[in-house]
Amino acid sequence: MNDIERAFENGKAFIPFITVGDPDIETSREIIKVMAEEGASLIELGIPFSDPMAEGSVIQEANYRGLRAGVTASDVFSMVRSLRGEGVNVPLAIMTYANVVFSYGIDSFLSEMEDAGFSALILPDVPYEEKGEFASVAALHNVSLISLIAPTSDSRIRMIASEATGFIYAVSSLGVTGVRSSFSSNIGEMVKTVRSVRPDIPVAIGFGIADAASARKMAELSDGVIIGSAIVKIIAKYGKEAAPYVRRFVKEIVEAIRGF
Amino acid sequence: MGTRFGEYGGMYIPETLMNAVLELDGAYERYKDDAKFKEELRYLLNEYASRPSRLYYAANMTERLGGARIYLKREDLNHTGAHKINNALGQALLAKKMGKTRLIAETGAGQHGVATATAAALFGMECEIFMGRTDMERQALNVYRMELLGAKVHAVDTGTSTLKDAVSETFREWTRRISDTHYVIGSVMGPHPFPTMVRDFQAVISAEIKEQILAKENRLPDAVIACVGGGSNAIGAFYHFINDESVRLIGCEAAGRGIDSKDTAATMATGRPGIFHGMKSIFCQDEKGQIAPVYSISAGLDYPGIGPEHAYLASIGRAEYMPVTDDEAVEAFEYLSRTEGIIPAIESAHAVAYAIRLAPTMDKDRIIVINISGRGDKDTAAIARYRGRNIYE
Repeated sequence: MNDIERAFENGKAFIPFITVGDPDIETSREIIKVMAEEGASLIELGIPFSDPMAEGSVIQEANYRGLRAGVTASDVFSMVRSLRGEGVNVPLAIMTYANVVFSYGIDSFLSEMEDAGFSALILPDVPYEEKGEFASVAALHNVSLISLIAPTSDSRIRMIASEATGFIYAVSSLGVTGVRSSFSSNIGEMVKTVRSVRPDIPVAIGFGIADAASARKMAELSDGVIIGSAIVKIIAKYGKEAAPYVRRFVKEIVEAIRGF
Repeated sequence: MGTRFGEYGGMYIPETLMNAVLELDGAYERYKDDAKFKEELRYLLNEYASRPSRLYYAANMTERLGGARIYLKREDLNHTGAHKINNALGQALLAKKMGKTRLIAETGAGQHGVATATAAALFGMECEIFMGRTDMERQALNVYRMELLGAKVHAVDTGTSTLKDAVSETFREWTRRISDTHYVIGSVMGPHPFPTMVRDFQAVISAEIKEQILAKENRLPDAVIACVGGGSNAIGAFYHFINDESVRLIGCEAAGRGIDSKDTAATMATGRPGIFHGMKSIFCQDEKGQIAPVYSISAGLDYPGIGPEHAYLASIGRAEYMPVTDDEAVEAFEYLSRTEGIIPAIESAHAVAYAIRLAPTMDKDRIIVINISGRGDKDTAAIARYRGRNIYE
């Protein structure tokens, strides 16, 4: 069983997101540890990018804080190697933008990911049509390039699902990342379409999930939930002291989605 | 159809936008050769935007520089004062055919915002323009002009608050509201089909130059010179000469305070391949792939990338790209004003500056065409301030 299968094996998965280096790398380390301890199934780590096109203002600001802290891809790899050395074995994904990977060198980047024990890569500006140059290299390094589907994907869902690896990231609604009160009415249908093509691949819903109630609702419809902005907001508020507050939030979500 | 120029181009955008962009690609493929669409656009370009623009023999400049014969392609005489209207009318007409009722656009200097707001007013469409707050201050008059035309102008405060951030913010807005909205990208950039479509709408410039120069000189020019930010006026001026190997195609990019300083926007001179704003192309970036803050006196050239077709033309050696500093551009701005009585946009002044360098090195029987992409009224207060005169609009 690989790491991603492990993340989805015990009921609904909870996938929290943070931007590494927000507000500094030590705090990120601590937050990753508490999230793992509280039962996060897989943790998505953002490498800051200067121009995060798919992000709303909350995660944009986290990217800027990470850049001000001087955090680079190499720092993320060494932080994760050291966490692995301490026995933190939670499955991990990287979320960043194509240019960060392209600039590092696609093969070098994926090779570092494999070496540090990452199992998935999420690039929101690389759609199905452009995934080849990343996915082929990722596969060689046992990393899954995660496919996204959106409420506007319609007939593309079958095509995307047929070639998806790891899990599928279902975008809950139109727009960029950020907490919101309503979700696309066809999110359930999107998940059903994936399952009709690929019953073997889990689907996690992300974008806009703010709290235990919305997490529970989305978990009912899918195999897991991804939460970013709501956690980043806590970090923005408490800064270096954020870990215990993130711990409380993660615990609440894990309990809310347990036992379906 | 192919989405790339060599290795450059592609469609690097969020999945949420993919169907919108594919729908646009389909609509463009359908209408671009449609006789009725072409006729409607031709009518608008000629009757509304005042095309064809003149190709003016700059006798004074030619005589003073003492070398090649210089012609000015007067895109500054178009309605709204720049080449941007060619593309805005084309995209607005296409959007209307697609049933869209709302246009959104980014703008740097404000010329593309004004052109889009103009097209929206003409077609009775809603219009929202995204502009970096820094640029809104630099180009306050254009902001008012857009509002006068009925557009809503949003200040963009993210990142460096300039053109690249306005582009990012317009993409974000598009992902929020797609079904009734078309994003009128202002240059030959972004995901396919924009670089091809915008080029086609701007190619009228080189089609006219070719016809006009053959009528006046009975031969092709030896060089076509245009300024390059994203590169739409340049590709428009180059396009119909690409297969004429004898014609040098020269793009002038904004070097700001110099290509060895941090204050530059010269993508070809200082950038390297990357993926950003929907395309693989050349970008100003640091060694980690972070997009670099760029600088130029010209808000319209203040962009850290260049259209993928330019990256390709450079890679095969078909076009050349030359950095021109703020100082040289301001001198050229003043030079053309005094010599020919034509105040060029500060963007276009970058092309004039290079022509001033090049013309004296060429024989008198040689011909240079400079694309005067826009008029300089919008820049006069900023140039006055550059020269130490405290004039505000």
